[in-house]
Amino acid sequence: MDLSKTQSIDILKSCESFIKRTKSGKIKVKAQSSNGTVVNIVLLVLAALTVYGFLTFDYKDINISHAIKETIYNIKTIFLEPRASHFPITEALYQVVITMALAFLTTIIGAIIALVLGLFAAKNLSNERVSNVIKGFVAFIRAVPTVLWVLIFAVSAGLGSVAAVIGLTFHSVGYLIKAYSESFEEIDYGVIEALKASGANWWQIVFQAVLPSCATYLLAWTFMRFEINFTNAVAMGAAAGAGGIGFELFMAGNFYFDLREVGMITYLILAFALILENISTRIKIKYLR
Amino acid sequence: MNIDIFKKRRRQATIVAAILIALTLFSMFITEYDFAKSFTSIPKAIIWMFRNFYPDAKSMTRLPSILLKLNETVFLSIASTTTAGILALFFSLFGSKTTKVNNILSTLSRLTASAFRNIPDAVWAMIMLFSFGQNALTGYFALFFVTFGVLTRAFIETIDEVSYEAVEALQATGASYLEIVFQAVIPSGIPQMISWILFMIETNIRSSTLIGILTGTGIGYTFNMYYKGLNYNAASLVVIAIVLMVFLIEFVSNYVRRVVL
Repeated sequence: MDLSKTQSIDILKSCESFIKRTKSGKIKVKAQSSNGTVVNIVLLVLAALTVYGFLTFDYKDINISHAIKETIYNIKTIFLEPRASHFPITEALYQVVITMALAFLTTIIGAIIALVLGLFAAKNLSNERVSNVIKGFVAFIRAVPTVLWVLIFAVSAGLGSVAAVIGLTFHSVGYLIKAYSESFEEIDYGVIEALKASGANWWQIVFQAVLPSCATYLLAWTFMRFEINFTNAVAMGAAAGAGGIGFELFMAGNFYFDLREVGMITYLILAFALILENISTRIKIKYLR
Repeated sequence: MNIDIFKKRRRQATIVAAILIALTLFSMFITEYDFAKSFTSIPKAIIWMFRNFYPDAKSMTRLPSILLKLNETVFLSIASTTTAGILALFFSLFGSKTTKVNNILSTLSRLTASAFRNIPDAVWAMIMLFSFGQNALTGYFALFFVTFGVLTRAFIETIDEVSYEAVEALQATGASYLEIVFQAVIPSGIPQMISWILFMIETNIRSSTLIGILTGTGIGYTFNMYYKGLNYNAASLVVIAIVLMVFLIEFVSNYVRRVVL
């Protein structure tokens, strides 16, 4: 192509208006977007809050180097010399099964309640107002820490498995309603419309279209919650006297000060948690992607 | 033919339901869970909450000290999350398929993260309690360890998801490892990572309540003190303060997520 000199200068000039330059005349290579600015601000604020936090924590005159040395020694004892001294290993296994059972009960009760409420919380299956009421309620339930729900129910039900299961179920219901209703909302609206046009009623739509097409998602979310509930059940055993391996851990740590027993219990919990995580990851890879 | 499929499906559903029911009954048996009692205790608890579980004028005088403790807890969860995030970034760079240095380091960092993640925070709290006692640092480390494990896994997934093509392009131009990390991996992954960090801050505020009850620190200890002292009005004020704080942080992080992602 033959371009006269004036033409090519014209083209260069028109390009120039798209090129951004710094004050010294260099061409900018980084795109400046509001997105990047917000990222920088967030990082700066987090860093500032962290530094401020470290400066203001109530350390109670702790000797840090001494405490760290002691921690390393303790962790060595806990993880390298685990041993049960107050109960045989079969008893410890039985306690883990109790914790598992607590988690299972919580998950199954939570899943049943969440399934019903999740249908009403999904915007495409219910109306806007009902959905918003349920979602607001769920947000509140999730904001209160699980242990506080358990302790609140413990006042009327007494400390034990009933309060633990109800308290843990509250949180599970909150989590699962959110997960379930989002899966329901992802359904192709055409399917529901087609069924409506053929004269299907609400229940038929739910059982013939919605539940079958979401079943794998529901399974994956429910198992993920089971995994979380196991961790929570351990914690509730320790903090709210719900029994199980968490309670044994609390006794070993806070009453007997038996590091080796804490180590043994930690390994047991870790083993079961790893098994659950493994299953959960497999389900997720198989069904969620 | 069709009928057989339906029959088979129905039989499968029945078997699954039977197994679930059997497991439920077994669980109820060994945990001594009483269904009837749980049904009667829910309305009882609700009535009790309306009668006793609200802040009154006297408990409002304790508001400043509650807010002070809540403040400490919030800073604790922010500090533990950000510091854990920095460490998790290194581990995830070594652990990720796209940016790993070698297979041994990759497996090692994944295993470390998995162990830290799968030991519950309650257990970490008990372990740290031995040497740090009733100190803010006990809660800090308990939160730090679990957050580190969770964030490493999340960051590895983020890096693998986001930056494969960018890394390949930079490799083709002959960029060094550090250049690739700082010019491609971190810039393209940072919005997702921030989203995860904000999520963990939210989670950690709730977890630190539990850790506080176990180790006698922060807002959890404040709640436990009022709760055990039967001062339910003040305890309810603690719950309300926590809920409002969680909502506030959720609001801010949702805003940031909308802009960043």
